[in-house]
Amino acid sequence: MSLEVESRKPVVSEDGLPVEELVVNVGPSHPSTHGVGRFVVHLDGDVIVKCDPVIGYLHRGIEKMAENRTYLQIVPLTDRLDYVGSMYANWAYCRTVERLAGIRVPERAEYLRVIVCELQRIASHMMGIGAAAADTGAFSMFLYAFDLRERIIELFESLCGARLTYNYVRPGGVSFDAPEGWFDSVSAFTAGIDKTLDEMDSLFFGNVITRGRLKGIGVLSAEDAVACGASGPVARGSGVNWDLRKHDPYSVYPRMEFDVIVGDNGDSYDRGRCKLVECYESARIVDQCIAQMPGGSVKAEGLPRLIAPPPGDAYDHIESARGSLGVYLVSDGSPRPYRMKVRSPAFCNLALTSKLVAGHTLPDLMVVLGSLDPVFGEVDR
Amino acid sequence: MAKGGVGVALVDRIGAALNRTPGGIILTSVDALVDWSRGQSLWAFPMGTACCAMELIAASFSKFDFDRLGTFPRPDPRHTDVMILAGTITEKMKPSVKLLYDQMPDPKWVVAMGNCTVSGGIFYYDTYSVVRGADTFLPVDVYIAGCPPRPESLQDAIVQLRELVKQESIAPGNRRERKGNLPRVIAEGGDAQ
Amino acid sequence: MSPQHDLNYHLAQLTSDLDARISDHFEDVVIEISPLNLLQLAGELREIGFDRLGMVTAVDLGDEFEMVYRVTSRALSSSAFVKARIGRVDAHIASLCDVWPAANWQEREVWDLFGIDFVGHPDMRRILLPEEWPGWPLRKDYDDPNVIHRPDYI
Repeated sequence: MSLEVESRKPVVSEDGLPVEELVVNVGPSHPSTHGVGRFVVHLDGDVIVKCDPVIGYLHRGIEKMAENRTYLQIVPLTDRLDYVGSMYANWAYCRTVERLAGIRVPERAEYLRVIVCELQRIASHMMGIGAAAADTGAFSMFLYAFDLRERIIELFESLCGARLTYNYVRPGGVSFDAPEGWFDSVSAFTAGIDKTLDEMDSLFFGNVITRGRLKGIGVLSAEDAVACGASGPVARGSGVNWDLRKHDPYSVYPRMEFDVIVGDNGDSYDRGRCKLVECYESARIVDQCIAQMPGGSVKAEGLPRLIAPPPGDAYDHIESARGSLGVYLVSDGSPRPYRMKVRSPAFCNLALTSKLVAGHTLPDLMVVLGSLDPVFGEVDR
Repeated sequence: MAKGGVGVALVDRIGAALNRTPGGIILTSVDALVDWSRGQSLWAFPMGTACCAMELIAASFSKFDFDRLGTFPRPDPRHTDVMILAGTITEKMKPSVKLLYDQMPDPKWVVAMGNCTVSGGIFYYDTYSVVRGADTFLPVDVYIAGCPPRPESLQDAIVQLRELVKQESIAPGNRRERKGNLPRVIAEGGDAQ
Repeated sequence: MSPQHDLNYHLAQLTSDLDARISDHFEDVVIEISPLNLLQLAGELREIGFDRLGMVTAVDLGDEFEMVYRVTSRALSSSAFVKARIGRVDAHIASLCDVWPAANWQEREVWDLFGIDFVGHPDMRRILLPEEWPGWPLRKDYDDPNVIHRPDYI
């Protein structure tokens, strides 16, 4: 692999003076790229003319590995896809396996899945907003966000024993039932979260410097968002009212009351603020789930030791923190999938980078990336 | 060893001179002081690629707070003592990691955090693009097992690393040989330093 | 007229005009078509209201590749799969970048992992693997001495 960039192309300005286009290489190791992404940026003075994202630095071949593993053995691999949101990454995969194999998941497991997915959504948004804040220099916001994230991670640790890669949602249900007192801890957490989120809102999004740096940067129109395959807060920040939990509902979401948060201007400020306000709604959903929680087992009955679905294919998706995360599985009747494809929302959102930063300056590239919130485990798979 | 400037040459000459004194009491005392202060303030280069980077960040801030151990993540390799490799290293990423390692000034140490950097981890089988273990191309000093390891493990690794730091010396002849740490063939483009 | 009624009417048109085979798969519609008519079908689907391309992928079926596309329509509240089979030797298919810009990176990924050429793509180069990587990893006959195979012990 070559680390070199193209040679400079001399350009003549209007006054007849020779002007060079500067090519700056950002990444793959850079404090502000949320992981390993490389952006080859062509600058005309201070203004970005063209930005070419180079990805693949974390391409681990998960789709190829999945062809030699049983359906249950793939669940830890899906953990490592979107590693900031392992719970919902597991869930998207398990939904597809259940659809393919015709497995019916018990109600209690569905409610537990929704609770952990929404808590994971809050944790992921904290990571996204915190990292975006740190990129613009607002380090205190980063620490506040991580403090909230740590509290959620402690809840997950008492639930399933792991801090980051949980392997909790499995085909047919979840791996463990909630321990005694866990629902009380979660309720105590969601009771206090509104105040914390208000504080963060005024600390970061109410700050005049943040507004100056984020408003008007990386404007994405609603038509472009849909045509370019954006989803999640990136699309909703541009005014596209599309949330899979409401508009293509799955699991027990039809029984939940919550609002879809939609922005107006499609700039980085709106995308970031969408994420924060979604956390309030997630807390609401968690409270409703705990109130409606039924009894019963958390694993499907009659689940075979080796799941071998009939030949065919299936696709299922969920609304992850980044957008519509889907898994497409092709089965040939054996215990291992013939093909697994992960439709990654961060991959599709990241394709917008070059369109969003054209005409802005180099520090705005960090702002735009923070608002797009890519996780390179999912982008590169 | 990287070619140093006037300051480094001066320290080497002082160290070599002290090494010639009988008993070496002064040298060992100076070494003990220098190594202690170095160990208490190991600045880390967070080479975070994947999931372990999340635990590295968690270890550095909010609840676990690396700063109380003197370790602070610095994004520039030229400011750091220890490179923490957190996350899977792929064939595409390997040249960048090697380049960043070469850009770090001596003395430097490498901590391989997580199963992927130790041996390839969960990505050992069936994948075409993962480097199976950071020690195929870098001299690793501390290995941390875990997928991902807890932030306390990482902090413990830095505390353990202080033992290795104590083996450093300002006298050129007494320094720890690094080449011997490489159990496997060094990848193309790398040298042990 | 309900959205579903509209959709069925349009799909019936497509079957007759473009020689498409329509079937149902869970809640989605599956449209199987010859790769020669793919670009025209894509244009028609865009006109009907399928404004969003979600996924582009390929499956290696031995002597053929099956291209699978998934498109969604918010207005019609439905989604459709489009499947087209292409031969393995000199595999190529029309690029859908003009119809849906979302296809750009997705098609680059399929080129990178399967070696299927997308005719008309503005920027056909590898995206996930290094430029000089030999071979197409996700093909079933991909042989790489660096790969260590997992022992079969289940």
